[in-house]
Amino acid sequence: MSLLTVRNLSVAFPTQNGWFQAVEGIYLEVKAGEVVAIVGESGSGKSVAMLAVMNLLPPTARISCDELKLDGQDVLTMPPKQRRQLNGGTVAMIFQEPMSSLNPCFTIGYQIDETLRIHLGGSKKERIERSLHLLDLVGIPDPKRRYQAYPHQMSGGMSQRAMIAMALAANPKLLIADEPTTALDVTVQAQILELLLKLQQTQGMGLILITHDMGVVAETAQQVVVQYAGQQVEKQQVAGLFKTPHHPYTAALLDALPERAPAGDFLPTIPGIVPGQKDRPIGCLFSPRCQHAQALCHEQQPLLQALPSRQAAWLRCHYPLNLTTEAVDG
Amino acid sequence: MFKFILNKIVLIIPTFFGITLAAFLFVRLLPGDPITILTGERGVSPERRAEMVAQLGLDQPLLVQYFNYLLNILQGDFGQSLSTHRPVVEEFFERLPATLELSFFAILIAIILGVPAGIIAAVKRGRWPDHLLMGVALTGYSMPIFWWGLLLIMLFSTQLGWTPVSGRLDIINYYFDPITGFMVIDAWLSGQEGAVKSALRHLILPSVVLSTIPMAVIARQTRSAMLEVLGEDYIRTAYAKGLPTWRVIGIHALRNALITVVTVIGLQIGTLVAGAVLTETIFAWPGVGKWMIDAISHRDYPAVQGGLLFIAMLVMLVNLMVDLMYGWINPRVRDGK
Repeated sequence: MSLLTVRNLSVAFPTQNGWFQAVEGIYLEVKAGEVVAIVGESGSGKSVAMLAVMNLLPPTARISCDELKLDGQDVLTMPPKQRRQLNGGTVAMIFQEPMSSLNPCFTIGYQIDETLRIHLGGSKKERIERSLHLLDLVGIPDPKRRYQAYPHQMSGGMSQRAMIAMALAANPKLLIADEPTTALDVTVQAQILELLLKLQQTQGMGLILITHDMGVVAETAQQVVVQYAGQQVEKQQVAGLFKTPHHPYTAALLDALPERAPAGDFLPTIPGIVPGQKDRPIGCLFSPRCQHAQALCHEQQPLLQALPSRQAAWLRCHYPLNLTTEAVDG
Repeated sequence: MFKFILNKIVLIIPTFFGITLAAFLFVRLLPGDPITILTGERGVSPERRAEMVAQLGLDQPLLVQYFNYLLNILQGDFGQSLSTHRPVVEEFFERLPATLELSFFAILIAIILGVPAGIIAAVKRGRWPDHLLMGVALTGYSMPIFWWGLLLIMLFSTQLGWTPVSGRLDIINYYFDPITGFMVIDAWLSGQEGAVKSALRHLILPSVVLSTIPMAVIARQTRSAMLEVLGEDYIRTAYAKGLPTWRVIGIHALRNALITVVTVIGLQIGTLVAGAVLTETIFAWPGVGKWMIDAISHRDYPAVQGGLLFIAMLVMLVNLMVDLMYGWINPRVRDGK
């Protein structure tokens, strides 16, 4: 059974110039023990989509969704209190900025204990024991001392470890990690990722990893979702995606990886930027930046199509690359 | 933290001297002089007048006068009141409990009503509870204190007859010796039936009047501090943990918002004394505010100087306590520089 099912999720925010469509038509499926990576440039709606899943968007956001199930339970029709209890218990999330994501006024121990008290209960002594165990589990040295430390007394890496401990406290089935290493030193990034994957495997959790680091994706994920300007443009198994990317955007992202670039040459880039609220093209959203765009691309938005040749693969493109047939939707 | 406190304490010393100078000069800037007021309308002969001036030491150059004053203060002598011939220290501290009692209840009311109002306004931002509460706060803030006091007296004392017009106690029915100087506590200690109630009935209107401006300031400050905090990442984390809304707002957000609110409350305690001058005059409340007004109108130089100095020291003491609380509320200050 899948831990998370999302069908046709859209999110819009009110702005002074009307509604801004931050996320449009997202489909997602995560099974237990599976790692799904969501990649895309800044502003492609990766975080917003996951915040919508966590019910963490401000009340002004307009969310529409055909189906949203967490661990088999329909979240859309659930009363608010019951919905709230899923957070932290069934699904947990860690964020990009560990330093500002911890409350500066409370000790690490207090903040872990809160999650335990709400979701697992137990005596004070049991909870302290579990907290210390969790701190040890995420590789924080001297857990007893760190239990009483305030966030400002810890480094960024330590803070992110504490955040992970907090997220894992109530044994969630699904963990959403929103660029968990972006704000950290390069030397610490690999450690935190390794830790996340180790824990994901030992606990058998599902893991959604939001990142813009293709290298990380290649090493960790089984499924990859590529997002552009709020839309999903491609979804594939990791091996297939790296070997035969079908969407020109995916291909361009991969070409921009230093490991893949031809030696001694300039690194290829994608010209232009993600369209904002006002300059959204009529046709395919990527068409103004696409090397392969043709007349149809500028006129008509491609639909999200299943790829029959591959398992659980989706694509949004009129003229996909590396396919034997010319166009999917003709 | 120790160094932090030490710094604050060391700063008190120059402030102290600054205040003595300011108080000394301000009273002498007032038109008129104590001799004219002491001698009354008929006046005295120039010879007698010169004699009196010399007696009070007012014939000496200002610098010498100030130096003498400072010398006396450092020896613990704050002079005698010109009108009662009693030591200023005695007169002041006799009346201080009345003012402290009034201020305490006023700030209590201001906090109890102001902080929740600010929280509600922040959570309901832009909707009618926000507009209503902030409208009331702005009205309270803009209201002239004496006018507001008179309005309340007219309604609750004159029309409805619920509260007395002035004073601290129903002295026809109750009498007891002051022990602490705080009427509510003394009434309770006396054991006389209904005395505490009488004291509280006298206290309620002046406290409400005095609390109005601090309440408005606290409400507005709490609102803006809460709004800032509610947008922080750790609030999102708290929701992501599945905490109930009351816990996220009442504990995670409020605790951080309090850091700025406590500072504002501390500053308001300082302005309370200024407000107390007016409130005590309206309600004939026998505190230091009313005493200072009397001293000023008598050009009672030692009393005004002493009063200003004591009040300033009191405010500094309160601010020091606020700084200490700051360290308790904000862990980041504790290991601080």
